[in-house]
Amino acid sequence: MIELDIALARAGFSLAVNFTAGNGITALFGESGAGKSTVLHLVAGLLKPDRGRIAVSGTVFTDTEARIFVAPHRRRIGYVFQDALLFPHLSVRQNLLYGSWFTRGPADGISLDQVTSLLGIAHLLDRRPQTLSGGERQRVAIGRALLASPRILLMDEPLAALDIDRKREIIPYIERLRDELKLPILYVSHAIEEVARLADRVILMSGGRVKSDGPPQQVLSPKTGSGDDRFARVSILTAGKPTYDEKYQLTQVSHPAGRITLPGRLAPDADPVRIVIRAIDVTLALSKPRELSIRTALPGKVSAISEPLGAVVMVEVALAGGEVLAAAVTRKAADELGLGEGDQVYCLIKSVSIDDRLMAAP
Amino acid sequence: MMGFSEEDWTAILLSLRVASVATLASLPVGIALAYVLARCRFPGRTLLDGLIHLPLVMPPVVTGYLLLLSFGRKGPIGAFLDQCCGLVFSFRWTGAALAAAVMGLPLMVRAIRLTIEGLDRRLEQAAGTLGARPLFVFATVTLPLALPGILAGSILSFAKALGEFGATITFVSNIPGETQTIPSAIYTFTQVPGGDANALRLTAVSIVISLLALIASEVLARRLNRQVASFS
Repeated sequence: MIELDIALARAGFSLAVNFTAGNGITALFGESGAGKSTVLHLVAGLLKPDRGRIAVSGTVFTDTEARIFVAPHRRRIGYVFQDALLFPHLSVRQNLLYGSWFTRGPADGISLDQVTSLLGIAHLLDRRPQTLSGGERQRVAIGRALLASPRILLMDEPLAALDIDRKREIIPYIERLRDELKLPILYVSHAIEEVARLADRVILMSGGRVKSDGPPQQVLSPKTGSGDDRFARVSILTAGKPTYDEKYQLTQVSHPAGRITLPGRLAPDADPVRIVIRAIDVTLALSKPRELSIRTALPGKVSAISEPLGAVVMVEVALAGGEVLAAAVTRKAADELGLGEGDQVYCLIKSVSIDDRLMAAP
Repeated sequence: MMGFSEEDWTAILLSLRVASVATLASLPVGIALAYVLARCRFPGRTLLDGLIHLPLVMPPVVTGYLLLLSFGRKGPIGAFLDQCCGLVFSFRWTGAALAAAVMGLPLMVRAIRLTIEGLDRRLEQAAGTLGARPLFVFATVTLPLALPGILAGSILSFAKALGEFGATITFVSNIPGETQTIPSAIYTFTQVPGGDANALRLTAVSIVISLLALIASEVLARRLNRQVASFS
């Protein structure tokens, strides 16, 4: 459990953030410069706030009124940096055990064996950091943080420096941390797919302020928006029971509004599944099309159409089950179809456009 | 061997001893000063930096004379050290080592400081978040990563100590067997008729020792660099 209420002002930037978070992954999400990493620095004690209080599991780290500031090395936090920052002069084993010199040993936390098997790094112990791949380094960095018996895990864009295959390799491990360790995790990211998949809760930050806070479906698919941000706009659908089609190598998941077809195979135990769909990948039709390559057609009712200012409008469709899917279409198309609130439409989603690489069990 | 006289050998061994002691004794001071200059911001930092660099720009004779004034038997520091721990610098080989250390310190501090400034401070922050107190971070992260610079600084200081002449001869004179290092011996030989052959021999020795030191440092540095090569 972390309680945080802080304010900080620097030239050209001010931060004022107040939230509490429990176990599981709380994602701090937003564009760069929003102050996400600054929050982690404040929690870690690498920065002092001008005013405020930070407490983790009842231990006060920072309290400007009570003039409390606990030095970083006494906070027992696990900090995973974007570029791993393994000690280049130490082996993987020495890196992993670095933090355990300062705690009372495995008795009060997780053991080396547990960490290496949790992260799949047992075979790397005698290697040097320079010889590891980016994904392996990041897993070792996570293990190193865990072995310091932290009260809280801070992850600062841990996947941002990795290519898509390395991300894919690490995400299941982060999911295991989230599910198996009873630990609050603050996870900073600006990648929506990552957040959609990993977070239990999303805090959307902008300009040093919290703009919105809640479960990912709610925060990441806002009810309002104009056509301007069509490339950034996504919807998150929750579906269940994947079935795999060997012949075509497709996965089908069931959604209250219908079946959704995805390329590739999901982990067999992926249930439920969170699917991130970009607004620009959704096509609207008034009737269910037949002679079309599209396999996924979800019926719903238009719940909102953004103010028609530019060439593009954002149409929000309420699907059966209550989830909302946003579709970016041209204003001309919306006019010619005569779209209005309450109209019955079909949302067509190209299966191949769904980013299956980052998607599986939430 | 090779026609070295007793006197030559004395000068060579004394030079090696003076240079080694000067380098080893100034190493902790050099590392501490380099770290402070690289990492700390405090009033008087520029002044401290300047003071350390003074021996590099002042005439060595001036440095030697100042050492004589302060560390001589009657100088304030010299008298104190003599009384409290029986440590005498004037006209002893220890004085030659002190002069060499002072002259080599700016080179040593410079090399180490540059390396520390080039280190990724976030590695130290990472060590801190893992629970390491600052002194431990210094010993387990900063120091090992700065090793190539420490090595380079030591070699520079050692080479400077081998060649130091002006400050040494001013501070501790030119006493065979006590303070007559290779450069002083060469100087002496050039002042007497027929000393050219001796002077040349010692010059060759000087070159060989310097070359060996450089090669050793190069080999070691390469090995260290392989170990801590940055991987971005």
